[in-house]
Amino acid sequence: MSGAEPFEQRTLSAGIVGDAFKQVTRKVPSGEPPPWPTNAELNVVGKDVPRMDALDKVTGRARYTFDVQLPGMLYARTLNSTVPHARIKSIDTSRAEQYPGVRAVHVLERLLMAAELRDPGDEAKEPYPVVRFTGQPIAAVAAISARAAEAALALIKVDYEVLPHVSELADAMQSDAPPVFPGPTEQRATAGGGGAAKGLPQKGNLRGPSTGGSRGEIARGFKEADVVVEGEYRTQVQTHTPLEPHGLVADWRDDELTLYASTQHVMSVRDEAAEIFKLPKEKIHAISDYTGGGFGAKYGVGNYGTLAIHLSRKAGAPVRLVLDRREEHVSVGNRPASLQRLKIGAKRDGSLTAIELHSFGTGGVAAGAGVGMCHHSMYPCPNVSIEHYDVFTNAGPCAAFRGPGQTQGIFAFEQAIDALADRLGIDPIDMRNKIDTRDADDVRARAAERRIGAEKMDWSRRRPPGSDAGPVKRGIGMAQSMWPYIVNSYTTCEIRVAGDGTVDAFCGTQDIGTGTRTVFAQVVAEELGLEAEDIRVHVGDSRFPPGPPSGGSRVTSSLTPAARNAAHAMARDIAERVAPLLNAKAEDLVFRNGHIQLRDDSKTSLGFFESLRRAGVERLTHRADRRDDYEGYARKAGELHISPHAIGGVQFAEVCVDTQTGAVKVERVVAVHDCGRPINPKLVESQILGGVVQGVSYALYEDRRLDAATGVQLNANIDQYKIVGSRETPRIDVHLIELLGGQSSTDARGVAEPANVATAAAIANAFFNATGKRIYTLPMTPANVLAALRSE
Amino acid sequence: MSVATHHPLGGEGLGTFGPEPQPLSLLINGEVRTALADPATTLVEFLRDALGLTGTKIGCDRGACSACTVWLDGEVAASCMTLAFDARERSITTIEGLSRDGELHPVQRAFIEHDALQCGFCTPGMVMSCAHLVNKNPECSLDDVKTAISGHLCRCGTYPNIFKATLAAAAASKGKAK
Repeated sequence: MSGAEPFEQRTLSAGIVGDAFKQVTRKVPSGEPPPWPTNAELNVVGKDVPRMDALDKVTGRARYTFDVQLPGMLYARTLNSTVPHARIKSIDTSRAEQYPGVRAVHVLERLLMAAELRDPGDEAKEPYPVVRFTGQPIAAVAAISARAAEAALALIKVDYEVLPHVSELADAMQSDAPPVFPGPTEQRATAGGGGAAKGLPQKGNLRGPSTGGSRGEIARGFKEADVVVEGEYRTQVQTHTPLEPHGLVADWRDDELTLYASTQHVMSVRDEAAEIFKLPKEKIHAISDYTGGGFGAKYGVGNYGTLAIHLSRKAGAPVRLVLDRREEHVSVGNRPASLQRLKIGAKRDGSLTAIELHSFGTGGVAAGAGVGMCHHSMYPCPNVSIEHYDVFTNAGPCAAFRGPGQTQGIFAFEQAIDALADRLGIDPIDMRNKIDTRDADDVRARAAERRIGAEKMDWSRRRPPGSDAGPVKRGIGMAQSMWPYIVNSYTTCEIRVAGDGTVDAFCGTQDIGTGTRTVFAQVVAEELGLEAEDIRVHVGDSRFPPGPPSGGSRVTSSLTPAARNAAHAMARDIAERVAPLLNAKAEDLVFRNGHIQLRDDSKTSLGFFESLRRAGVERLTHRADRRDDYEGYARKAGELHISPHAIGGVQFAEVCVDTQTGAVKVERVVAVHDCGRPINPKLVESQILGGVVQGVSYALYEDRRLDAATGVQLNANIDQYKIVGSRETPRIDVHLIELLGGQSSTDARGVAEPANVATAAAIANAFFNATGKRIYTLPMTPANVLAALRSE
Repeated sequence: MSVATHHPLGGEGLGTFGPEPQPLSLLINGEVRTALADPATTLVEFLRDALGLTGTKIGCDRGACSACTVWLDGEVAASCMTLAFDARERSITTIEGLSRDGELHPVQRAFIEHDALQCGFCTPGMVMSCAHLVNKNPECSLDDVKTAISGHLCRCGTYPNIFKATLAAAAASKGKAK
């Protein structure tokens, strides 16, 4: 992991499999395993191995946090504010404490996830956290049943001094809007995540601007432009809506705190609990066997988990606190709304001369509502001006959500590029061919993906915008993905082989449904010449060696090289021990089909288990860290290492718009993606299907609605908050390319986020092709669609 | 709603009872299971909290996501919208009882083969509805599958693979029947 590591120059093949490979020279840390050939030449990696935990999931045996039942376990429920903005003058919990069955009551001392005042002196010292959104957690009760806890909540008396509030982005931007915070704020990152740029100016509810990515002279850029397109794009608040709500089971003992968590990162659960309760990390044991969806919102212990831990300590019993569906919608994260004023200038040939973005985003009481990096980093452009403001509102805090920022950003940016192409009379694909020209893997991938997608979608049949004469109009459109290729440096895998032939693989990451267990097993099995099912994978436990968070599309890219290197070291160790038995040199031995054999003579061979027995192996252990990418990184932020290469992806959509009712139907999506070396193409395909389905859902249906007068979410259950179901699922064709970049011992990258970020833009561009009108506002509900169709 | 004619728990009513818990016996996966429950207890709460049958999930607790789907007398039902006491004299099948003698239902096998699951939280409910469809109508079409799970929600977006898996299971079971 350190820069001082010795290295050697290696010549590696890089490129898209099936296209021309080129030779590249890389500085490879000494002792790295030899590069793998393409997937076609591997035995386990690159194959559609069935998901290892599928059996547990289809039989109901998989145990989620929601399913944890411990002896003497209590059930907790939270009390949430009924007003959007207030000082709490007093809280009386005495009657709740006496309610039959109640074992503990706790009032929250500090609110996590929300921004905090830079100078706490800006606000009079309060006995309780100031309420800044309706549904803000205040206290919790643990009782012998959920019903008793619920009944006791009704007995807690909270005396509010109500303050003026503001719920909507546009209202909060006004200079006379009620301030959500009485002074400038900071959004500290905790072990649970979050965080926003420090020290930005704040006026009223507007915090910013942040100007990252700006360069050149914007005025000159527009002067040089032959055409300019301008638009004001709006995106809504989207809630994560995992099927399993956030939840934690806390079991506080004198010597140890055990936490069963529905989480995307067991280490963050341990670390945030350690921070809040001032406990040494080794006294906390965080476990997550299964997580019922997260999508960016499940990190740390959060407010609910903090309450559960307090309650367990007070009651002297394990406590389960799982949010109900309303709490899940309101208080534990969402994708911020955005308002993006975007202006782009270009030459007649399509080359970009100026990109100007004024954006505003609201993450409620939390900062961090930016709109991604696409505007300034996707296509070369000498003059870029970016000003982004976070706008506070009295609404629940935002959290990372699949492609945070970038999903909102690409909705606007890729539509603007589409508009530019239309103005210039250039085909949208040719436009990208012209401008998508950086020297990076994602650019090369997208070039191939455009070709493949155009063929699969039969792009040549695309007609001029608004070609259908009748009221129902059809069209096709495309948009491009980009997401950073991220490596979590703090990743270690351990492999153990026992004399009886069992192989155990450990990493303190988790499998939230992405297939981490399976790809981990495949990589280890490949090195040891075994089948994936021969490997017992252990994840989801903070006692294992450090592993990456399941977020940012970084698990496979971080985990698999460490896994391979540990397994490779194990194989070489075993080869040394077995070589004398075969009268061979260790370096001539290979692991294949459950055997250890001579590379050039498969008859000189011993079974894997037999080898261990005869070599007298009792137990071998090897560990390896995720080493730096061979080409290094563009940027490092803590354990987050960001490659100069990104992940690409191109999506095509076909839509049908009923111009009389405003109903939009997505009929088909073609999603062409890259993720370096796909370790398990079937699981990658599942990720891409999921990204597209969520993208359709975002584009067409989802919309958190708050009542302006009370700040109450009007659609806080899933019969009212519409997400895509079976009927709205379009036909989705996934095509995956295999791209070897010569960057690590597996060359794997992520895909969850790139699969999601372009979908809404592709649909919007298809909408334009169908109707000849641009849709600037999400979601594409009948009301928004009819308004767009009526616009000039 | 038909009452099973040979139900082992008979058909006697309870009269007025509650709010205190009282013993409740239900026929679940072919076994009579008894535990204490108060009258407001939903079937899913009884299955999960009283009996430890946690394969059946709660996603919304109001019949909107179908994660809680079980079979009552062989028909799909939302167990979060069914009072436990109303399931007396019914035969209840949960995800734990779907596989017979350790052999998976064809739909379960097909879900594994076609990767029709990701986080897996909606999966037991999906499996129950798709298995019901395949049992009743092995000739089912894509449209029938979409209808069968139209009340189910999956946030991971596994629908396309669920369609594939269910149709494959139907084709397989049709082949078996011939």
